[in-house]
Amino acid sequence: MIVQQIFNGLTLGMSYALIAVGYSMVFGILRLVNFSHGAIYAFGANIVLLLVSLELGILPAILLGILFTGILGIVIDKLALEPLRKQNAASITSLITTIGISNIITNLLIAFLGSQKKSFPTLFPDGSITILNFQITYTQLGMFVVSLLLLVALMLIVNKTTLGLAMRASETNIKAAKLMGVNVNFVISFTFFLGGVSAAIAGALISSYYSMAYPNMGYMSGLKAFSAAVLGGIGSLPGAIIGGLTVGISESLAATFFGSEFRDSVAFVILIIVLLIRPRGFFGKKEIKKL
Amino acid sequence: MKKLFSKFDFPKLPKNDKLKIVFLILALTFLIALPFFGFSNYWMNNLVKVGVYIVLALALNILVGYTGLVSLGQAGFVAIGAYTMTVLVKDYQVNFFVSVLIGGLIAAIFGVLLGLPSLRVRGTYLTLITLGFGEIIRTIIIVWEPVTSGPMGIRNIPTPSLFGLELSLSNGGLYYLVLALLILVVLFSHFLFRSKTGRAFRAIKVDEPASIMMGINTTYYKTLAFVLAAVISGLAGSIYAIQLGYIDQNTFTFDMSTLILSIVILGGMGTIRGMFIGAIILVLLPEVSRALMAYRFVLYGVILVIMMRFRPQGILGWKPKKPYHVTKNARMLFEQGHGELVKLNISNQE
Repeated sequence: MIVQQIFNGLTLGMSYALIAVGYSMVFGILRLVNFSHGAIYAFGANIVLLLVSLELGILPAILLGILFTGILGIVIDKLALEPLRKQNAASITSLITTIGISNIITNLLIAFLGSQKKSFPTLFPDGSITILNFQITYTQLGMFVVSLLLLVALMLIVNKTTLGLAMRASETNIKAAKLMGVNVNFVISFTFFLGGVSAAIAGALISSYYSMAYPNMGYMSGLKAFSAAVLGGIGSLPGAIIGGLTVGISESLAATFFGSEFRDSVAFVILIIVLLIRPRGFFGKKEIKKL
Repeated sequence: MKKLFSKFDFPKLPKNDKLKIVFLILALTFLIALPFFGFSNYWMNNLVKVGVYIVLALALNILVGYTGLVSLGQAGFVAIGAYTMTVLVKDYQVNFFVSVLIGGLIAAIFGVLLGLPSLRVRGTYLTLITLGFGEIIRTIIIVWEPVTSGPMGIRNIPTPSLFGLELSLSNGGLYYLVLALLILVVLFSHFLFRSKTGRAFRAIKVDEPASIMMGINTTYYKTLAFVLAAVISGLAGSIYAIQLGYIDQNTFTFDMSTLILSIVILGGMGTIRGMFIGAIILVLLPEVSRALMAYRFVLYGVILVIMMRFRPQGILGWKPKKPYHVTKNARMLFEQGHGELVKLNISNQE
């Protein structure tokens, strides 16, 4: 029973990690909590569903949906956040802007698609395999493998490519990176694109796991994924994975042992405890503040 | 030597201060007379809602605008006030006004609890803790069923009465209750801003390490800011519960916390006037634009984004041009020859 729940938690946790990396990468560079990321994730899931219903075939629909969501990320950055950076606006200004964007996206989705829950097609074949008496459905296995592959790909991009080098440079010191000839605005837009892409994939995976999608789905998942990012140490990709898994597993365990009404808040309880004991999260770098 | 100092002219009360007082008296008369214009119940309801949100914004303003601590868990305090009042009045038949005060007290205790992490955790991370707090309060509401009735919510919250007079929505009593609380909180904010405590708050906002160096007990003041914001939110929560007549865990969501924060930022943080305009715009907008259906919340988002782009300090968030008000004591010191000290003070207003 417990092992079964841990498996459930692992699959959910991997998808939380996919949402969390979007928060983590943006926060790493801009020191900004992107509250619109939950809405981006909901947009990804709903746009994939919309494209699937246009009968393009499942795979092209998903790929197009991912592309659109990535572009949405760039549009948000270019239209709303880049002008604020140019003005050197206070961080609270950007925070409120992302809350506004989140409202715009979610309610446009409601206006066009309706707020009701719609059924989402399964992406993986039905059935399950049994390992050592534990049943694992193909959906769970598929979610786990796809998320893992994507996270590995993301890590390769960040750690092995020139663009990744530019991302890390901007993260360490945005001004110095600019002086060294890094096109910081391009790097930030690319980060938003990557965040959008991984959020859309997470959206498709989680929607097919619960077999439904709706415009407001980003609210709770977004907050939980953000806790996951902070838990692991914001700005760190392995941290996002560990944080996502922690949230996913503790959520399934809490739902089993205490009841499903505890499901949503256990992530926040863990978040508060971790922040109090180790404010920078599991993998976060300690920030040295010069006076 | 003394003559030299007296040459320095002290700022006189600017002329427009008299205008200001006249304006305030007019505004107050207007607010008191408002129910006599014969609004429908629907509009009285909206007025009370705006009033409650102004009070909530003023509470958060103490945290965000004065002290520079961003909280996204204000809905938690509102919920504590609302539920305490409702449970005490409904289940234990306690007097309404006593229950409201107890609600404020319990909110204060939680304010201390939430203020303490600010010892260790700063900036965005503190905001996250407040966010978590708001969600945990919601879970407590769901789980603590014997007291809060869980997800069912509490229906038929009784309207309070004062000296046998029922303070309901239709006879304007509830409106005056909100107005009274609003006036109290406005006066409190006004005097807090100018007090020693208020100056400590502002010092922490501008530069925390520097204020520690100046000998300000930042831990105490930060916790105090949380407590003050919590108490006022709790009081407003009780009235909000009466206005709604029905509360459940979905009344106090993260959206409520972000709405309060948006009011503070849109109106102009650190000001009192800004909270009025912010609440009027953001609370009434979805009501007056009902015809737009789902698009009205799109409009709400667009307003936030555009305002932050073109007026990040908020609609009424200009800085005072008035010279620093010199107190009688300072003036005496000045005339006794400690002029340099006072001059420093004068040129140093934020």
